[in-house]
Amino acid sequence: MEFNRRDAPFVTPATNVQSIMLQVLYALIPAALAYVWYFGPGLILNFIVAAIFCAAGEAAMLHIRGKSVETGLTDFSALVTAALLAFALPALTPWWVTATAALFGVVVAKHLYGGLGFNIFNPAMAGYVVAMVSFPMHMNLWTAPRMGDLDYHYMTILESARYMLTGTFPDYLSFDAISRATPLDTVKAGLRNLQTFEEIRVNSVMGDFGGRGWEWIGNYIAMGGAWLLMRKIIRWQIPFGVLAGLLIPSAILYFLEPGIHASPGFFMFSGGTMLCAFFIATDPVSAATSNKGRLIYGFGVGFLIFAIRTWGSYADGVAFAILMMNMSVPAIDYLTKPHIVGHDRGPKGLS
Amino acid sequence: MSAAATYDLGKLHGGLRLPSEKEVSTTEKILHAPIPDQLVLPLTQHVGNPSQPIIGIGERVLKGQLIANTDGSLGAPIHAPSSGKIVAIEPWPVSRRNGETAPCIIIECDGNDQAIETAEIIVDYTKLDPDSLLHKIMQGGIVGLGGAVFPTAQKLMQAITAPLEHLILNGIECEPYISCDDMLMREYAADVIQGAQILMHALSLSQCHVAVESDKPEALIALGEALAQIDEPRIVLKQVPSIYPSGGEDQLVQLVTNKEVPSGGLPTDVGCVVQNVGTAAAINRWVCHGEPLISRVTTITGHGVAKPVNVLARIGTTIADIVTLAGGYTEHARQLIIGGPMTGRSVSTDRVPLVKASNCVLVLADEITQGNERPCIRCGECAEVCPIQLLPQQLYWFACADNEAKLRKFGLIDCIECGCCDLVCPSHIPLTADFRMAKGRMRELADEKARAERAKQRFETRNLRIRQEQEQRDKELANQKETARLFATSKIKAIVDRARKKSTDDQDEEQ
Repeated sequence: MEFNRRDAPFVTPATNVQSIMLQVLYALIPAALAYVWYFGPGLILNFIVAAIFCAAGEAAMLHIRGKSVETGLTDFSALVTAALLAFALPALTPWWVTATAALFGVVVAKHLYGGLGFNIFNPAMAGYVVAMVSFPMHMNLWTAPRMGDLDYHYMTILESARYMLTGTFPDYLSFDAISRATPLDTVKAGLRNLQTFEEIRVNSVMGDFGGRGWEWIGNYIAMGGAWLLMRKIIRWQIPFGVLAGLLIPSAILYFLEPGIHASPGFFMFSGGTMLCAFFIATDPVSAATSNKGRLIYGFGVGFLIFAIRTWGSYADGVAFAILMMNMSVPAIDYLTKPHIVGHDRGPKGLS
Repeated sequence: MSAAATYDLGKLHGGLRLPSEKEVSTTEKILHAPIPDQLVLPLTQHVGNPSQPIIGIGERVLKGQLIANTDGSLGAPIHAPSSGKIVAIEPWPVSRRNGETAPCIIIECDGNDQAIETAEIIVDYTKLDPDSLLHKIMQGGIVGLGGAVFPTAQKLMQAITAPLEHLILNGIECEPYISCDDMLMREYAADVIQGAQILMHALSLSQCHVAVESDKPEALIALGEALAQIDEPRIVLKQVPSIYPSGGEDQLVQLVTNKEVPSGGLPTDVGCVVQNVGTAAAINRWVCHGEPLISRVTTITGHGVAKPVNVLARIGTTIADIVTLAGGYTEHARQLIIGGPMTGRSVSTDRVPLVKASNCVLVLADEITQGNERPCIRCGECAEVCPIQLLPQQLYWFACADNEAKLRKFGLIDCIECGCCDLVCPSHIPLTADFRMAKGRMRELADEKARAERAKQRFETRNLRIRQEQEQRDKELANQKETARLFATSKIKAIVDRARKKSTDDQDEEQ
């Protein structure tokens, strides 16, 4: 009898990239629902716009580069980028801002560097930073959290869509009625105005630990992250590193001078901390690769977020922290090469 | 004896818990294969140089008769597995990495299975000194039956030159499907234990660990009973957790002694000798019963055969004949693999013979999906499972880029090709195959470099020689010129003198 030949091993792997990406998306669903509950359906619209442009950019680049469009699109990595962008951008963002971020992320940060697996920078964060630096005025419309104030108005999907497409509100709505400063902005401005953290916390956008609504979204993101950890889609090193890098310095400062610093709980449950720890920093392509390296990488991201929030001029520092640590990855990888079994455990040096 | 110690896994990095798939082939006792019509014996069934046939075509041979011997270098002799006539020595399909065919001795069996006189071969090994015992083992054609097929005698000869502490018998069959060692330990436990005693004598060691996975309770019990019967306190049973690839030689050493075999080194570098349990049994069969390595237990299994089973078959039996013993192929048979699913080798035809290395004949039912490779997303799962603690994701990059320096630095040559990384790769990249290829390229490059270096040296030596010869010639020429000049001047002077003299003489005459 005759048979076909091939190379060992003769076992088909149990996982695949598509299912990993899909599980990452599933893990974001609870947080997305909470987001929509607290801040309106803008997130969904953001995601749709981002998904369309990410997928279009991906398909175009794959076509131009002579790669299989079908294989490239069905790994769903473009959708993950879109989801992360949707969470990062304010709930009310003009469609062309989202489109710019999506296209820059996928076309420049991802495909011009060689496509999935070769991008040095996290595409979502690269796109977000370009949008933030280019259109700061169009990225400050953060909707008020549900049940925060008496004049609260929950944006309907039509109202949100109208703003995103045309940049205008219906006559009965004003910019001031629906938008609020983010908790991070509120704390930053408050501390700058010599208010104590306790005084700032009475503001209606503030919750028990972090920002109102934000802290619950953070919880759901952490839950999704825990699920990914359980399924071994992500490993603990990066989330642990990020949270440690953020909590350790903030706890030290808070306990030394409690009045003039935000609490570690606030750092943890506001802005993009949780999303960063479990979903952004854990992007394996742009993170360090060894376990020790990932711990260092995560810690660096956490510490930079803390540093930017505390001393920088931006309210949240997730995107910059990620991009800066992306740049450090080759060095981290080089310095944290694990010991190969059977080799001398000599002192590691630069060579 | 059932209280065998278990090792914790902390000492071994990575690895995988694989579905065992062994139950199907262990329900029945080992089947003794009948004498086939024809035996095909490759001249290379071991690490080293091919053996040289010492019989002619048409000659009659007896069971156990030496038919091919080593040329004195690394290798092992080959014996006739049954009586019959040598009909050909010609290329035949075999299962090996390089090339599809190899020279084989083909015996047409007469069915009598008449054995060669063994009376003189059997000696009391305890009366032999280690050197003679090793020489004796050498003559039995014994090679490592765990898969590496390194000639056992030569491995032991190398070992006794090093300070030894541990003899470890490897009863670990960590690859799925394979159960030949398990069945051998169950049914031939006494042979294994006596083999261990012979090995201890040969190595002058007074201690031996027999390492068996905890998922082989029957084998553990059988070995324990065999030990109890002969009251042998020097041999200790060790139960190890079943995790792939704990049965790799270096991995087992690490598991038992917590010492890492140095890169490019041997277990003897950390005072260990590892022998497969099947090898130990084969040594006993030869030393105490005069039967050289002419048969082995092999597992025939997979969803592509009707009745998976272990058979004791003569070396040289074709796979086609062996599969018949397992009830033949099912209609789903798609892939024929010699060895296990992780490190085995697929073959294109079942005409290939069973060789000393063949521990398993695996017939897989489904076509393994291939070619839907996606880009590496650097998830690092491969590094998580690598038993050598390599970074396959980085090696893959460097292999794609043909970056030889980096490949060296990141330990490509330390890769044991266990296949763990392939199994966890979500991008379905054939990492092990890529690494195998990169290793080949690296070897080629090294060979090429060595060749180039040799050529360069030859060229330089030649240039030097030519220069020296030229210089020599120049010098000689100069000398000759000088001599010629001196000679010429003296000659001219002589002529002038003569002429002068003559003229004065003439003048004198005139006067």
